[in-house]
Amino acid sequence: MKKWFDPILTAWTGVISHKLRSFLTILGIVIGVGAVIALMSVGRGAESDILSNIQSLGANLVTVRPGVTMSFGGVRGGFSMGGGSSTLTLEDADAIAAQVANISAVSPANSSNLQLNTGEENMNAQVTGVNPRYFEINNISVASGALFSDSEYDSSAKVIVLGSNVATTLFPNDDPIGQQLRMGTIIVRVIGVLAEKGASFGSPDDGVFIPLTAMQQTVAFNRTAQGGHTVSSISLTVSDQAMTQTVIDDLTSLLRTRHHLAATTDNDFNIQSVQDLAETISSAIGTFTILLGAIAAISLLVGGIGVMNIMLVSVLERTREIGIRKALGAREADIWGQFLIEAAFLSLAGGIVGIILGWGVAFTVERLGILTTLVTPDIVILAVSVSVGMGLFFGFYPAWNAARLNPIDALRSE
Amino acid sequence: MIKLEHITKTYPMGKRELNVLRDVNLEIEKGELLAIMGPSGSGKSTMLNLMGCLDKPTSGTYILDGKEVSRLSGGELAQIRGKKIGFIFQTFNLLPRLSALANVELGMRYVGGSDRKKAVEALEKVGLGERITHRPTELSGGEQQRVAIARALVKSPPLLLADEPTGNLDSKSGGEIISILTALHAEQGITLVMITHDAGIARHCQRIVHFMDGQIISEERL
Repeated sequence: MKKWFDPILTAWTGVISHKLRSFLTILGIVIGVGAVIALMSVGRGAESDILSNIQSLGANLVTVRPGVTMSFGGVRGGFSMGGGSSTLTLEDADAIAAQVANISAVSPANSSNLQLNTGEENMNAQVTGVNPRYFEINNISVASGALFSDSEYDSSAKVIVLGSNVATTLFPNDDPIGQQLRMGTIIVRVIGVLAEKGASFGSPDDGVFIPLTAMQQTVAFNRTAQGGHTVSSISLTVSDQAMTQTVIDDLTSLLRTRHHLAATTDNDFNIQSVQDLAETISSAIGTFTILLGAIAAISLLVGGIGVMNIMLVSVLERTREIGIRKALGAREADIWGQFLIEAAFLSLAGGIVGIILGWGVAFTVERLGILTTLVTPDIVILAVSVSVGMGLFFGFYPAWNAARLNPIDALRSE
Repeated sequence: MIKLEHITKTYPMGKRELNVLRDVNLEIEKGELLAIMGPSGSGKSTMLNLMGCLDKPTSGTYILDGKEVSRLSGGELAQIRGKKIGFIFQTFNLLPRLSALANVELGMRYVGGSDRKKAVEALEKVGLGERITHRPTELSGGEQQRVAIARALVKSPPLLLADEPTGNLDSKSGGEIISILTALHAEQGITLVMITHDAGIARHCQRIVHFMDGQIISEERL
């Protein structure tokens, strides 16, 4: 009758009979578990923050840039070594649109730094010539006015769309829509202002967009040896995210053929998908999170040693009790179990309070706007199982010491 | 009930060996009330520990209740202690943190589990029915020893071993303890082996065995 419950009750009695000592021991585990949860939640928060930032670029975005791909270690994507010899052309973009399957939109883009002058205000801005597809591909929307249309594109209309920062610099007091300004050598009309995207990867806030056809009238495009018009990038949307790798493979073979590259030559362009970027960053931050967790785990280890220390003292103090229990018929396993449960009890209690503490810290940090934090179930499960595991591990030796005491010696001890 | 044959017990002491028991032979009948007397260091406590399966002899055989137990493992000996043997110590050996009732319940803990009703009955039997919630520190020496007797009896063992049960008590409480023990023996036919220095107490027994230098030097039947 209630035999299974007896050892737990005994462990509980052991814990509450030394309240301060048990509290301090539990505190060591609380701090360790709390630190693991708080620090790992910061890592996880940073990861989700950056990933959602990247996703805002357009989840299915693939960008082709000219230059040789150089891979460093395991980092995919590498670095673009552009230089003056841009090889990517408008004609490549047309060929991609015509020949590569599983893509829903393609836009070439050519950027140039040009002076903008309204008569009152004057600034330099990065002007990018694009087709109307560019905005949907890059997840860019308009805040006021309109984006340019296909007919405006086809007719090389001299209309521009301003990034939010450019709009406020050039037209601090007026509504920019409908205003005319000089851009390089031509006069253009503002038809739209883009929604602010904030500081993120490839934010359009500081840019200006114009139909690529109109841009050709003010900026001379470089020509390749084959006579193509070079562009600074080609961006496209993959119609199904699962097909991203297929699209990248198709793009690679198409461009290699078009650029007449020998089998042994490296690509003279590089292709990067948002998915790749997300994976790369996610794995880098994952490593960082593990590092944070490992640092916090050191304090958990110290807490575990505290449990072992207290259990050794406790066994020593209760030597006579162990002798009495043995005389009453307790087997080694009974004594061993009693002290092991007590150790596990201390560390489990510490684990539970530590989760609450760590969660509270993470929540407070987020609420105060210091950092984004994210407590995921796997962190909690990890912290609890590690703390109980440590209780069992560090309780093992003291419990074993207690179990193998000779009953006569134990009874004689004072 | 108990049959000890050619029992020796030696402890290593530096390079020499200390012979605590030297070729002891002793038989105890079921239901017997036996006193062991002798000066300190004569081996009588070691003898009682061997009988209680707290220790193993260096050589010789020990048959308890028809079973040879001197070569059993620690776990098996623990089972025998739990089921067949009740101990009463000079220093009571109660757990100070537990109430009288919880101490008595502990007597059943390792042999089938606690049974509160039985524990209360055992305490009533030794005259402590009113004080079951008291802790050992709140009880007199005589009362503590009565709790210890209740703890030993609660599982109804066939053999009761008492090591100077009145050694720490004044003569009045000591007398009460002895009358409880002898009454138990008379009513329940329990086998009782008791170490004592007090010849007056030993006279309540049926047989007295005298130890000296690890051997039985004389026996007297009363």
